[in-house]
Amino acid sequence: MPTFFEPKQVVTPGDLIAEGEYIAGENTYVEDKKIYASRTGLVEYDNKHVNVVALKAFYIPRVGDTVIGTVVEVGFNGWTIDLNSPYQAFLRPSDVLSRPFKPQKDELSQVLDLGDLIVAKVTSYDRTHDPQLTVAEPGLGKITRGQIVKVTPTKVPRIIGRKGSMISMIKEHTGCQIILGLNGVILITGRTLEDEQLALTAIRKIEEESHTSGLTDRITQMLKEEKSKEEEKKDE
Amino acid sequence: MSEKPEKLIDKKGLRLDGRKPDQLRPIKLEVGIIPNADGSAYIEHGKNKIWAGVYGPREVHPKHLALQDRTVLKCRYHMAPFSVQERKSPAPSRREIELSKVIRESLEPSIFLEYYPRTMIDVFIEVLQADGGTRCASITAASLALADAGIPMRDLVVACAAGKADDTIVLDLMDEEDKLGKADVPVALMPNLNAVTLLQMDGKLTHEEFESAVNLAIDGCRKIYDMQKEALKAKYVNIKEEAEE
Repeated sequence: MPTFFEPKQVVTPGDLIAEGEYIAGENTYVEDKKIYASRTGLVEYDNKHVNVVALKAFYIPRVGDTVIGTVVEVGFNGWTIDLNSPYQAFLRPSDVLSRPFKPQKDELSQVLDLGDLIVAKVTSYDRTHDPQLTVAEPGLGKITRGQIVKVTPTKVPRIIGRKGSMISMIKEHTGCQIILGLNGVILITGRTLEDEQLALTAIRKIEEESHTSGLTDRITQMLKEEKSKEEEKKDE
Repeated sequence: MSEKPEKLIDKKGLRLDGRKPDQLRPIKLEVGIIPNADGSAYIEHGKNKIWAGVYGPREVHPKHLALQDRTVLKCRYHMAPFSVQERKSPAPSRREIELSKVIRESLEPSIFLEYYPRTMIDVFIEVLQADGGTRCASITAASLALADAGIPMRDLVVACAAGKADDTIVLDLMDEEDKLGKADVPVALMPNLNAVTLLQMDGKLTHEEFESAVNLAIDGCRKIYDMQKEALKAKYVNIKEEAEE
């Protein structure tokens, strides 16, 4: 039962990764007991599982995911939300208002209007139905300040890092609050614009270099350098 | 256009542009050249210059075209008015509509369409300069753009033509050989699965000639396939080298 690639090597669709007693994982498929890659990405062996960590993908909703979306349509009985995904999500007024929704009295566009950004949770989704969202939980709801970065959804785990090491490191160095939408939309809120900008460049750098090794050290170094530069400026 | 050449193959057995019968034209492939598209690719195949852009999977418009069990793949092959000697009307011609269909059908088997029902993938192919074999170059570029968009695929699709110029079976026909030659056999292939997704023939060939033309085209496809993979990886390998130095 041979494997044909080293861990972390880049594969392209159609590459034969392993043969025999392996289990096909993410972004792979089986034909004739052979495991092939179905996306461009990095090979990963986890016991008997063979995975490809995609370098580019799109977001497919999952129940329970925290996401950040944009209001693209205000309808009669709810909002349509764009999640950066092939499927548009729906948000019902009863999940936003803390009282029953009365179509005669309530004007939906006064609660959430076109272009508003929200942090929400996916409550239902399957192959036959578009995702449904809710904001009726602490920490969810309309975004009033901060900056948005969009990254490929598969890179969100890399930004979080092992047990949250990467993200807590960025938070610590910049003093920003960061909310990660699993759909690849990230909200950064900091005390100053410079802090937000610094966190933003760090996240961009992680996205671009996600497939390289020694990334955490490089990001830490970058953040420290930028921080000291800023302080020098202040002293002057 | 200049005058018609008398012979397509000279006494030394070389073709009009100095190639051997089993030699490809120079090929250049690049990925990710349209920032606004989800995936994109550019190919220079001899004098052919072609862009391909991929959007999606995204919601289907108009909605009634959506399929409940799989993705709808849409292809648009278009030639720029300045892509040929005589100005071409920008409106889609009969030939372009047919090629759009042919290209779509050769790409469809490579994509896991059943993964994302009720969605649509758009493929736009723009020929900036044409020099024979645009359908093959378009398929090669479009497949690369699909892979760049992160769409799950069984394999990349590569295409290459073979044909008969004078009395020799030749690989990768250019414009003059396409027009004055005796036959043209475009082949699209998924090399790792060894599956042919497009096979056409225009002209007359004997059984033996046809077989050797197909085999020659498949060999050509495999050569282009390596370049395709290289192009797809280059984007990431370059960043890696820069970052880790």
